[in-house]
Amino acid sequence: MYLHPEFETLTRSELEVLQTERLRATIKQCMNSPFYRKRFEESHIRPEEIKNLDDLRKIPFTTKQDLRDNYPFGLAAVPMEEVVRLHSSSGTTGTPTVILHTQRDLDEWANAVARCLYMVGLRPGDIFQNSSGYGMFTGGLGFQYGAERLGMLTVPAAAGNTKRQIKFITDFGTTALHAIPSYAGRLYEVMVEMGIDPRRDTNLHTLIIGAEPHSEEQRKRIENMLGVKAYNSFGMSEMCGPGVAFECKEQNGLHIWEDYYIVEIVDPDTLEPVPEGEVGELVLTTINREAMPLLRYRTRDLTRILPGTCPCGRHHIRLDRMKGRSDDMMILKGVNIFPIQIETILMQFAELGNNYLITLTNEEANDLMTVEVELKEFSDDYPHLQALTKEIVRQLKDEILITPIVRLVPKGTLPQQEGKAVRVKDLRKTLI
Amino acid sequence: MTTVQQLSIFVENKSGTLLHVLELFKEAKIQLVASTISDTVEYGIYRIICTEPQRALEVLKTAGISANVSEVFAITLDNVPGRAADAIRLISNAGIGISYLYSFMLSGKGILIFRTDNAEKTNQVIQENNLIPLDSDKLLALV
Repeated sequence: MYLHPEFETLTRSELEVLQTERLRATIKQCMNSPFYRKRFEESHIRPEEIKNLDDLRKIPFTTKQDLRDNYPFGLAAVPMEEVVRLHSSSGTTGTPTVILHTQRDLDEWANAVARCLYMVGLRPGDIFQNSSGYGMFTGGLGFQYGAERLGMLTVPAAAGNTKRQIKFITDFGTTALHAIPSYAGRLYEVMVEMGIDPRRDTNLHTLIIGAEPHSEEQRKRIENMLGVKAYNSFGMSEMCGPGVAFECKEQNGLHIWEDYYIVEIVDPDTLEPVPEGEVGELVLTTINREAMPLLRYRTRDLTRILPGTCPCGRHHIRLDRMKGRSDDMMILKGVNIFPIQIETILMQFAELGNNYLITLTNEEANDLMTVEVELKEFSDDYPHLQALTKEIVRQLKDEILITPIVRLVPKGTLPQQEGKAVRVKDLRKTLI
Repeated sequence: MTTVQQLSIFVENKSGTLLHVLELFKEAKIQLVASTISDTVEYGIYRIICTEPQRALEVLKTAGISANVSEVFAITLDNVPGRAADAIRLISNAGIGISYLYSFMLSGKGILIFRTDNAEKTNQVIQENNLIPLDSDKLLALV
């Protein structure tokens, strides 16, 4: 039932003892990083002062901006010769961020993912297919190493090419698949087109879904369509990637591994802890990482801690489904996009005004982005307007890796923005 | 170079936008002589020949509508079949491309309004072949 019973079944008080011990070791480790040494000095905190979990709150938050400002290796807490892997964000919002791993970090990451997969019933003998992008995107290698660690035959199918994906599922007898929720819907559609009945013609029994917000209803549909159990996965590249939090068989909240992370939920405005069980921003401290520990990292994800205990016997707290973001990040086809990226491109065109609106919709399980932008300088010239539209699309695609629909609209036709501008309208529905 | 002033308005393909423009004209007592718009998907350019094009432009701008006034060729033709072909042949044979064209009848005369990819050369063809170009005053005098 448990892959790591020595950690998974710890009681709350046992977990706290372990966390305290690991926090002290982490603080010590952080003093090897130029960034944290400076931060402790500036905040007049002596590392020895951080003795227990309450003391953690004396330490300032770490933000994504800190990672950018100290790009690429300013947060390294080990000599660079000990670093064996690097993952980087696409860096589309400016300076990219880098996460470093020692071999021990990679081993612990694989252990965490293996623990998650075991928890939902996967065992050696299962055939695990991963439709994540590989390369810098942590969903690829993260699940690969974790599934291998568990001892499954692991198919690195990677993203895209739906027909080939389905051929792998039928030919190899894939029993478990990792896919973003919208892609699970797409797979089903194409299976139907190909005359394949997922219940009759495949061995699929488990789906791992994550990286994209989805509702309980959406999960149920995926389960019904494909004849599987679908489990919600939560991760982020700053923490390592997948394997941070995962649903157990109860499918009621995601256990976050407290032998790896200390969890805080804070009000994103006041940065004070929210009352127990209320929604706030998830703040994580890594306590099982060497190369690049992060203290009180602001994830920007909004969630809450589910009250009560889980019948599965694990006391690691359960996070509710992510409720959104405390910043304006959008997730499209599993890709993280910030409106500022789009704005930066648009503002380079002299013909365009300052007012724009991003609308997200979905059709046939496919996310679409429409960018409407007001035309400032108007020339009586269709070919020019068409060329302009095409050029905007091209540049946006280079930036956000997704091809948007661009519509030039007359000046004054978009809603006027007062105060905090609403630049994004998310009209995506649960389709599948 | 003899040309007429044409008003171009950038309009969204949305119900009610055309009416809004026409209501503004009505209110300002500006008369349409000719206008054209095509069925593009996202946006349209509504091109208009009207009385007092500069005042019309002000009216539109005051209403916050994207518009501009540009110069286009207008030639008048006898009301006989085949005259348009004769005129366009001259332009075509000179290797000039026509960007857009619209035509109408006014006081028994055929009027061709068009823009080309080479205004200088077009002007030359008009002059050398004794085509009759109109300016805004002459065109509006026919109304």
